[in-house]
Amino acid sequence: MTTYYTQDHEWLSVDGATATVGITDYAQGQLGDVVFVELPAPGAKLTKGGDAAVVESVKAASDVYAPVSGTVTEGNAALEADPALVNTAAETDGWFFKLTLADAGELSGLMDRAAYDAFIETL
Amino acid sequence: MSDFDSSPQPLVLDALHRELGGRMVPFAGYAMPIQYEGIIAEHLWTRESAGLFDVSHMGQVLLPLAADTALETLLPGDIKGLGEGVLRYSLLLDAKGGILDDLMVTRRSGDLYLVVNGAVKAADIAHMRAAGLSVDERTDWALLALQGPKAVDALERLVPGVSALRFMRAAGFDWQGHALWVSRSGYTGEDGFEISVPNAAAEALARALLAQSEVRPIGLGARDSLRLEAGLPLYGHDLDPGTTPVTAGLAFAISKRRKTELGFPGADIVMAQLLNGPPVKRVGLAVEGKLPAREGAEVFVGSIKVGTVTSGGFAPSLGLPIAMAYVDAAHAADGTPLEIEVRGKRLAATVVPMPFKPKNYVRAEGGPA
Repeated sequence: MTTYYTQDHEWLSVDGATATVGITDYAQGQLGDVVFVELPAPGAKLTKGGDAAVVESVKAASDVYAPVSGTVTEGNAALEADPALVNTAAETDGWFFKLTLADAGELSGLMDRAAYDAFIETL
Repeated sequence: MSDFDSSPQPLVLDALHRELGGRMVPFAGYAMPIQYEGIIAEHLWTRESAGLFDVSHMGQVLLPLAADTALETLLPGDIKGLGEGVLRYSLLLDAKGGILDDLMVTRRSGDLYLVVNGAVKAADIAHMRAAGLSVDERTDWALLALQGPKAVDALERLVPGVSALRFMRAAGFDWQGHALWVSRSGYTGEDGFEISVPNAAAEALARALLAQSEVRPIGLGARDSLRLEAGLPLYGHDLDPGTTPVTAGLAFAISKRRKTELGFPGADIVMAQLLNGPPVKRVGLAVEGKLPAREGAEVFVGSIKVGTVTSGGFAPSLGLPIAMAYVDAAHAADGTPLEIEVRGKRLAATVVPMPFKPKNYVRAEGGPA
């Protein structure tokens, strides 16, 4: 399993043709208290860079973009009852959705952890 | 963020906010802390204990006592009849009765003390000067708000005597040789105080307050969620020149004497709305589910648009999304079911009385009311 990161502060953990997607701990810290997450429905076809989810913090609504193209297989039902999981466990239990990759080649443009950490240092 | 926001001015307490871990954002032309530990925690702390807010972005303005007559030509409040040490909430109006700003006016022994919104203070001052008023903006004073049920305990320990003030009353006090002007007022729906302090003493006073066990620093984010729960409108969002004292549900700010004597801007329009009912009204909406409806969301009855949300978000003390909206008067009665459209979805909402969260003021007549 390999985890990749985007400049939009999403992570995706890839296992074969399946990826689990969430936002990074840095992103949740910027958003503040999360009160609602609008997830894509299973079966939804996402296009890399297109709208995938919406995170509502106390302050504002923020779009989450699809880090890669693919078909959604599952949303994280735990976020419905406890959206604050995004704050407390952004990169583990606070995952957003799983998808089946449409094009594994899209992964090559993403960052690894070291590159992402270097990226957020510049912000 | 627009370019206008790229070089906000620092507040006098800028270094303290950063030391406390405040996340600074541009607001009203200043760099201000939106949060420290987190909006929900700060909100709940203010409701149960006491929160310290830096509201020095707001304009503190002095007018000569003799300006009361001229000031009454700009707003519908009774300023001539205002007692010494008493605050009055009022509204600067344009010729059509549109709201230019909301403000607090206090009569002091030697002057009138006004607190106006930060984002429009320059426009307010220009407007007052254009009306012939001699305006003294006190940029040498900071303004702190200490809000919450334990604010009185913390402040009384530092400034003996403040507990004798009642809601919407104010007086001068001394703190370590510095002259403070303390009002029992605020913008959270809780008991609390607003403290005008010379810039030179502001950081020392803020640190002394934060050293009290009841007190934590609170940012703009919780200030917004607290005032929303309290049903208090925010200028530039819930109030603007397209709203009037009547559509905004602020007719209480039209003093009794002024309703007969008139002579305030837009009096004909405002009084007609008061007599016949306004075309639209500011209402509170309880939103079903967990998805917040934000400013700008449209309000519907079936396929007919009947209004627009002007403030909305998650209410930490209620655990629910709430909103303020202007809706057509025919759909503004308490209990009316409405729908709010958010990203193509319809959320069920109900018109409810405001405040959403009961206020906890210490009134002149006695205990909390």
